[in-house]
Amino acid sequence: MNLSKLLITTTALTLCAGVASSQDMTIVSWGGAYSKSQLKAYHEPYSEKTGVNIINDDSSAEAVAKLRAMNEANNVTWDVVDVVAADAMRLCDEGLAIEIDHDTQLAPAPDGTSASEDFGDLIVSDCFIPQIVYSTTFGYRTDLVGDTAPSSVCAVFDLENYPGKRSLEKRPINNMEWALLCDGVAKDEVYNVLETSEGQDRALAKLDTIKDSVVWWSAGADTPQLLADGEVIMGSTYNGRLFSVIEEQKQPVAMLWDAQVFDLDGWIIPSGLSAERQKRALDYIYFATDTQRLADQAKYISYGPARASSAPLVGKHADLGIDMAPHMPTDPNNAKNTFLYNYEFWADYRDDIDAKFQAWLAQ
Amino acid sequence: MKAADGTPLKKSLERSLRKEKLRALALIAPLLIFVLVTFVLPIGTMLTRSIDNSIVADILPRTVLALEDWNEKGDELPNEMVFRSFAEDFQDAIADKNHTKIGSRLNYEVSGMSSLFRKSARKVKKWDLTDDAPIKQKLIKVNKAWGDVETWAVIKTHSVTFTNGYFLNAVDMQRTPFGAQAQPENKQVLVKLFIRTLKMSLIITGMCILLGYPVAWLLANLSNRTSNLLLILVLLPFWTSLLVRTSAWKVMLQNQGVINDLLVWIGLIADDSRLEIINNQFGTIVAMTHILLPFMILPMYSVMKTIPPSYLRAAKSLGATNWTAFWRVYFPQSVPGIGAGSILVFILAIGYYITPEIVGGTDGVFISNRIAYHISSSLNWGLASALGAILLGVVLILYWVYDKIVGIDNVKLG
Repeated sequence: MNLSKLLITTTALTLCAGVASSQDMTIVSWGGAYSKSQLKAYHEPYSEKTGVNIINDDSSAEAVAKLRAMNEANNVTWDVVDVVAADAMRLCDEGLAIEIDHDTQLAPAPDGTSASEDFGDLIVSDCFIPQIVYSTTFGYRTDLVGDTAPSSVCAVFDLENYPGKRSLEKRPINNMEWALLCDGVAKDEVYNVLETSEGQDRALAKLDTIKDSVVWWSAGADTPQLLADGEVIMGSTYNGRLFSVIEEQKQPVAMLWDAQVFDLDGWIIPSGLSAERQKRALDYIYFATDTQRLADQAKYISYGPARASSAPLVGKHADLGIDMAPHMPTDPNNAKNTFLYNYEFWADYRDDIDAKFQAWLAQ
Repeated sequence: MKAADGTPLKKSLERSLRKEKLRALALIAPLLIFVLVTFVLPIGTMLTRSIDNSIVADILPRTVLALEDWNEKGDELPNEMVFRSFAEDFQDAIADKNHTKIGSRLNYEVSGMSSLFRKSARKVKKWDLTDDAPIKQKLIKVNKAWGDVETWAVIKTHSVTFTNGYFLNAVDMQRTPFGAQAQPENKQVLVKLFIRTLKMSLIITGMCILLGYPVAWLLANLSNRTSNLLLILVLLPFWTSLLVRTSAWKVMLQNQGVINDLLVWIGLIADDSRLEIINNQFGTIVAMTHILLPFMILPMYSVMKTIPPSYLRAAKSLGATNWTAFWRVYFPQSVPGIGAGSILVFILAIGYYITPEIVGGTDGVFISNRIAYHISSSLNWGLASALGAILLGVVLILYWVYDKIVGIDNVKLG
């Protein structure tokens, strides 16, 4: 084969590949059981309907930094990105995500309620399309906590009645709130106190009382593993992780829903996409966040759908066949005492308090 | 003198030499371009980020200009002109969706700036600035933080295009209107982490030398068959994923782990006083020593391989004891291998981040863990770059010291 022929063939092949890849869409998410639930509930039906080939990228943990780098390089390769609400806010602030008109660009509820009303105040940023409500809460080993099972989050700070190790996330968010709450601060005063330097010292002083008994985690899978190994007697993590330890792996672990902190996870669409890709991303979002699709996801993972209209549609777990509603963090029995992650507060104080927290950890 | 074709010899020689040089250049060009594009350029941009602060002056140009005459050390608010310039800049920034960027930038210095800019934008966006109505009171009414001298002092202090602010932050200091000052004590952590990183990297290097030397000696002196088997044992973990090996250490060392179980079983320790050997410095040192050991053994081995065994025999036949023969004859010849291995291990250790993150707990984490935090979580890339630049500087200084003491010629990889 002569060179020109080879060149023509390869060019033709590349062009074909180019055409094919225009039907590919890269969706970024967290991986593991969570991505699987999205695959079943959103990706598979969407691909079937439109023929778009969806490529998964499990990079949500570094999404903000990577999107910023992509944006600076003028080469955004992601179409839709799954991030927690706090990250969505940062991406919006940095101009890395597009603003959404929730009413015109998202599906209304089946009864005609507009999307913005259906999602309610879960739309915490103009760029954010809510998907699930999850919570960070405690699980404990039923066989290692003695005769009286803990019923309050303050058991975490009670070394006398519950001696042993506990695992907490290696960051100030949530821990500072729990510390103040158990130091006698009223729930609606927590952020006012935490705003002051004295309040921050107070929270750290409370954490200091258990510092020697804490194992610090940085990945969501750590606490379930530590609980299963009996390394800790209680620990904080995401409620879906605990669900899988309890119901799927049948470990002697129970949930301590008290003072669980609600947080949101959802989609953003990166800015800097071509008009065609943006249109397709929006089309996907319209499909994947409608009432039925959000309810479907709860069949595979115990996170609450973000739409009010999805809640009545939540059914049974696809494999285990158990009712999912009682495992939702939003279930009235579980949600007797809750926090909602304070986005504004942590956007402002995260850097400052984190520096203090790290200095305290290093002492 | 002339060459055969009549041109002066000097010229003709130069011409043929130039051709040679060009050809040599062409041959190394791919590598040179590769190194420039993938190594020098990214590191260069990284280093410039640590001083680049053009964002404030770019987004608030009129404000920065107007603030020049204002005394940020006093306790008087800036005048109406500053407020008006700011309102104009701010409206432009909102139109370009830049206002939150500057909020995030200034929030690294003072908490609250992020929401101040985000929230104020909702009102200021709608203002009509064409009339001459006073802006000052209006802005302070939007948010009383605009009536704080501190807010304006922060903008002015951080309005310079090139700042030393990130480097100051990297050594637990801060840029203030009154010059460089120490951070409040309860925020000082980075210097401590730098020192810890250096100290622990040295310990890890030392452990690698102690453990690696006998292994390398065995490898070099056993028969080929046995030494090949040993070499595979050294390389096998080297080929295993870093994460797998680190997690394996977790299983080994944790409270309910293999080692503790074993010690309890043979009765050395009581069940309720299990050893704390992970999630602290000890865990980091053990895991990292294990992971970096091959980088020490391999250069040592290849140097020892070149030491003729006859030297030892000669020393012994001249009456040296085993120890003298080793210490006076063998060891000095193996030093270049130790040198090469130490440099490799130390430089790798100093930048390690994933192992300390997993097994380091609180007192076993390194400065790289903070760099990673600022890159991926806080997005304070300026500070991350400054930390990285300092780390690079420290390594270069240590390299220079090493060259002075041991001599870089005295390093061999085989």
